[in-house]
Amino acid sequence: MTNDINVSPMHTQSGASQRLWSWLGRAGSRLYLFAFVGFLLGPLAILGGAAFNDSSFPTVSPWQGGTLKWLQALFHDGEIGDALVSSGIVAGGVILVSLPVGLASALVLNSLNGRARGFVYGLMVSPMLIPGIVIGISTLLFWRQVGVNGGYFLTILAQASFITSFVMLMIAAQLQRFDRTMEDAALGLGASRLMVLRRILLPYLRPAVLAACCLAFLQSFENYNTTLFVRGTETPLTVFIATKVRTGLTPVINALGLVMMLAALIGALLWELKRMKGFARADRS
Amino acid sequence: MSEIFQRFGKTLGGIFVALVLLWLAGLVLVPGIYMVNAALTPRLPLALRGGPDDVYVLENFAYLLNHPNHGWIFVKTIWSSALVTFVTLLLCYPVAYWLAQVARKWQMRLMLVLMLVPYLMNEVLRGLAWYIILAFSGPLNAMLMGLGLLDEPHRWYGDGGVLAGMAYAYILFMLFPIYNAICTLDRDQINAARNLGSATWRIHRRIVLPHAKVGIATGCVFVFMMAAGSYVAPALLGAPGSRWFTQLVYEWFFEIGNWNRGAAYGVALMAMCLTVVLGLLALFRVNLTSAIK
Repeated sequence: MTNDINVSPMHTQSGASQRLWSWLGRAGSRLYLFAFVGFLLGPLAILGGAAFNDSSFPTVSPWQGGTLKWLQALFHDGEIGDALVSSGIVAGGVILVSLPVGLASALVLNSLNGRARGFVYGLMVSPMLIPGIVIGISTLLFWRQVGVNGGYFLTILAQASFITSFVMLMIAAQLQRFDRTMEDAALGLGASRLMVLRRILLPYLRPAVLAACCLAFLQSFENYNTTLFVRGTETPLTVFIATKVRTGLTPVINALGLVMMLAALIGALLWELKRMKGFARADRS
Repeated sequence: MSEIFQRFGKTLGGIFVALVLLWLAGLVLVPGIYMVNAALTPRLPLALRGGPDDVYVLENFAYLLNHPNHGWIFVKTIWSSALVTFVTLLLCYPVAYWLAQVARKWQMRLMLVLMLVPYLMNEVLRGLAWYIILAFSGPLNAMLMGLGLLDEPHRWYGDGGVLAGMAYAYILFMLFPIYNAICTLDRDQINAARNLGSATWRIHRRIVLPHAKVGIATGCVFVFMMAAGSYVAPALLGAPGSRWFTQLVYEWFFEIGNWNRGAAYGVALMAMCLTVVLGLLALFRVNLTSAIK
């Protein structure tokens, strides 16, 4: 196609106007980037800022004077402590279910080829493509038949049903780069299959398993849509916050948000540090 | 299948397959079948179950179709989720391109850390942030009145507020996949096109966009699915007059107590999401294996 290589109109313009246009382009894109970051972080700043406002309803306007009383109240709030414990129990349970099952799924998937692989893959990622509330209600409906009502048990199962997909994907990605001849060599030298798994595969997969563990915890801790339907009378943190918003919101929730924001910032920095280290290692080898 | 047992032996292979079956059958497929089953049966008192009235019917779905509002709310949910998907795509593409191809290393690092903070926080807190911003005596009204753009405070809660909250909650699920896709594009391709005189829009249309296709498909699939299934944004930012489909499902379960009808609504939501997801993948000509990695 000859018309692909034509001279763009930029080249026919005079130098000065070309410089003006490229300056305008750069200024415009910079402005847009700042607006984008502002859109992402502005709401968080307001959420956190309201934790310091001496007003009984969380807001930043009007500013009623700075106070630390909401932050202090946060650390004496028993209900929030209970909600944190509840979320922790669920997340722990989800990790216990999702890690072994996700690991087994990744290994099974890694051993399959062709059409069977595509089919099993589709089945394994399908829980990620279904809205969380649908997973919640199907779990609730199924277990009602055997007389089990909502609570920790169902919350863990419902969350694990889709979090396992994420765990499986993370481990499967690492497994794809695994050199299968190591397995054969170990077996040829007389290692048992359990030994191959324990001494070769698992150590190789360790970083992915740890990352999957973090992801599973985070996904569980943050889940609301699924949890809402299977929680029974338990109140994990997300449910607690949403209930508070409708029944009596105070800036203590903002103080909680601020603490979680700081935790997220630390998490983001750690993640970036780890990524940089990964790059450094890749450069050396 | 036999390869699993060859590779891991009978015992270990058996354990692995059993775990996978327990997950896929016990936690995903069978509960799903029970949900469809409940959706297709009428709500009966315990004494009548298994009797002559306990037959498969379509009345729970018919109710959704015939209800004066519910069908409309269903359509509104589809349309709004599509709108949120489209808007987040438009907003994210330039940023993803800049991050992946233009930004210096320190700029990219700083941006990624800043963006991970909202990404790592839960949806409820992100919704709460907008709940505070849009409040009647909140900062948005105060600012607009301070600038003289509004004479009196405006009520932002409602469909508009829900859309804003959703776009905010899910935008990063659009950004990161597109960013990842554009990262793998060799910058020399762009430079070559530019040196040969290609205009910027043409570089994007012929080189960057085709390369980013997989990421765009992934982002669209997830943002649409999450928006359609979102309960937090409507619950926090909606108004009594603007209800969303997920709220109807919740009502059937926990306020009215007709689980069969709730199941039917859930099935409708799931069928719609799967149709849209598969349709999107077909539209972008991307297969599931490369869209979700």
